[in-house]
Amino acid sequence: MTHAVDPLLTTLLHTTPLFSAHVALGARIVPFAGYEMPVQYAEGILAEHHWTRAHAGLFDVSHMGQAVLAGADHAACARALEALLPADIVNLAPGRQRYSQLLDPSGGILDDLMVTRPRDPGENGRLLLVVNAACKAADFAHIAGHLPAGVTLTPLLDRALVALQGPQAAAALARHCPDATGLTFMEAGPAVFDGLPIHLSRSGYTGEDGFEISLAASDAPQLWAALLAEPEVKPIGLGARDSLRLEAGLCLYGHDIDTTTSPVEAGLAWSIQARRRTAGGFPGAARILKELADGPARMRVGLRLDGRAPAREGAEIVHGGRTVGTVTSGGFAPSLNAPIAMGYVPPALAAPGTRLDLMVRGKALAATVTALPFVPARTARKPAKEA
Amino acid sequence: MTSVRYSKDHEYVRVEGEEGVVGISHYAQSQLGDIVFVELPELGKVVEPGQEVAVVESVKAASEVYAPVSGAVIAVNAELEGNPALVNTAPEGEGWFLRLKITNPAELDALMDEAAYKAFVASLG
Repeated sequence: MTHAVDPLLTTLLHTTPLFSAHVALGARIVPFAGYEMPVQYAEGILAEHHWTRAHAGLFDVSHMGQAVLAGADHAACARALEALLPADIVNLAPGRQRYSQLLDPSGGILDDLMVTRPRDPGENGRLLLVVNAACKAADFAHIAGHLPAGVTLTPLLDRALVALQGPQAAAALARHCPDATGLTFMEAGPAVFDGLPIHLSRSGYTGEDGFEISLAASDAPQLWAALLAEPEVKPIGLGARDSLRLEAGLCLYGHDIDTTTSPVEAGLAWSIQARRRTAGGFPGAARILKELADGPARMRVGLRLDGRAPAREGAEIVHGGRTVGTVTSGGFAPSLNAPIAMGYVPPALAAPGTRLDLMVRGKALAATVTALPFVPARTARKPAKEA
Repeated sequence: MTSVRYSKDHEYVRVEGEEGVVGISHYAQSQLGDIVFVELPELGKVVEPGQEVAVVESVKAASEVYAPVSGAVIAVNAELEGNPALVNTAPEGEGWFLRLKITNPAELDALMDEAAYKAFVASLG
């Protein structure tokens, strides 16, 4: 029942600028994507999960890859990136960010990422990218290898990334950074936190309101300690990060999405804006535009199990005695006090209410297809404009 | 007289006459974290040492629980169905998994006593 770490591997693991803070907080450290990361702190995953949904959770996500893409102007930079992903970056407004996917030539997903256009006019021609830790070396090589002359990619190796998530995140952050509450969901901009320069976005991976804060690695311990001193804020490890994102119906790269899945199959068509659907011009466009028109061969769905036993990644999905798909993420949903999962099934079996079986240790566990997210999002979306 | 013996896989068996109460150690639950489900065997199941006899699910993962000694399952802890967290709060008490009719008491000698297990856990760092 112990998870031994290969001593050779340990010597190769990186740490984030907050590693000693995690150790001091009593974190359980595990190897993750080449880093020694906190999977949980002293209170454990369930308590951390509930705390984030009720108050505010502080996450170290400095293992993720941050980079700047720079060109002569926004159009040049945006068009270079649009050659690699299906989002409309040309029309991304200053101070806005967008979720997208790096695609391979057959429309499979190499990684998912956040793209931010800086708000400051002085930063015209730059885009900020955040990619997954496990993919960052390959992503940066892929992007750099496909850039036209005049556009360059610079990984930000000396930056930390911290997320503050939960219904009380804005109140806690505003005591140190009054500008924070001026942002709405998926807006970003430079800000100052207790005198420290930061780059702030109102975004996250929990379904809650919250922020992601990029700052100099050397400033990260001060910001981390200042936020933890707020009564609403507790540190949250990767374990609860996973259960929170699963409840929010968000994909985890390498599990729910990979090179065998397209954005349309994965239910991410909302992240392909109208101009790209008409004009194409991204890797795998022929397949993806066809899937948008005719429907994909399979679809990612949410699954709610009848009983108490969870179904994990890899469990077969069965209907009428026939294997129809596979679970890609599964576990226990603390907010629902029930097991949930996500997986891929044929479109005919993807409607909410469809009854399916998940095979766990040779037993069929009954489950129902459920609309995603499992737990309603409470992000700080901009109010709809009046007509 | 009762005595508790531990396996290297962190199961315990508390010997009560010819029967043994089986569960996972305090150390095991602390490593697994919050327990959300325990799959218990059918009554009458016959097991040998090292054979899977239950599955314990934490928020993060499923882990097998192995029989520390040979025997037949004569009772399971029904309380765990509604309150699996008992494994966290009282692993060697109310959070027991199952009761075995021990068929080969000599196997107990291959297991660790409390002092030896304590030293074993300490050696794991």
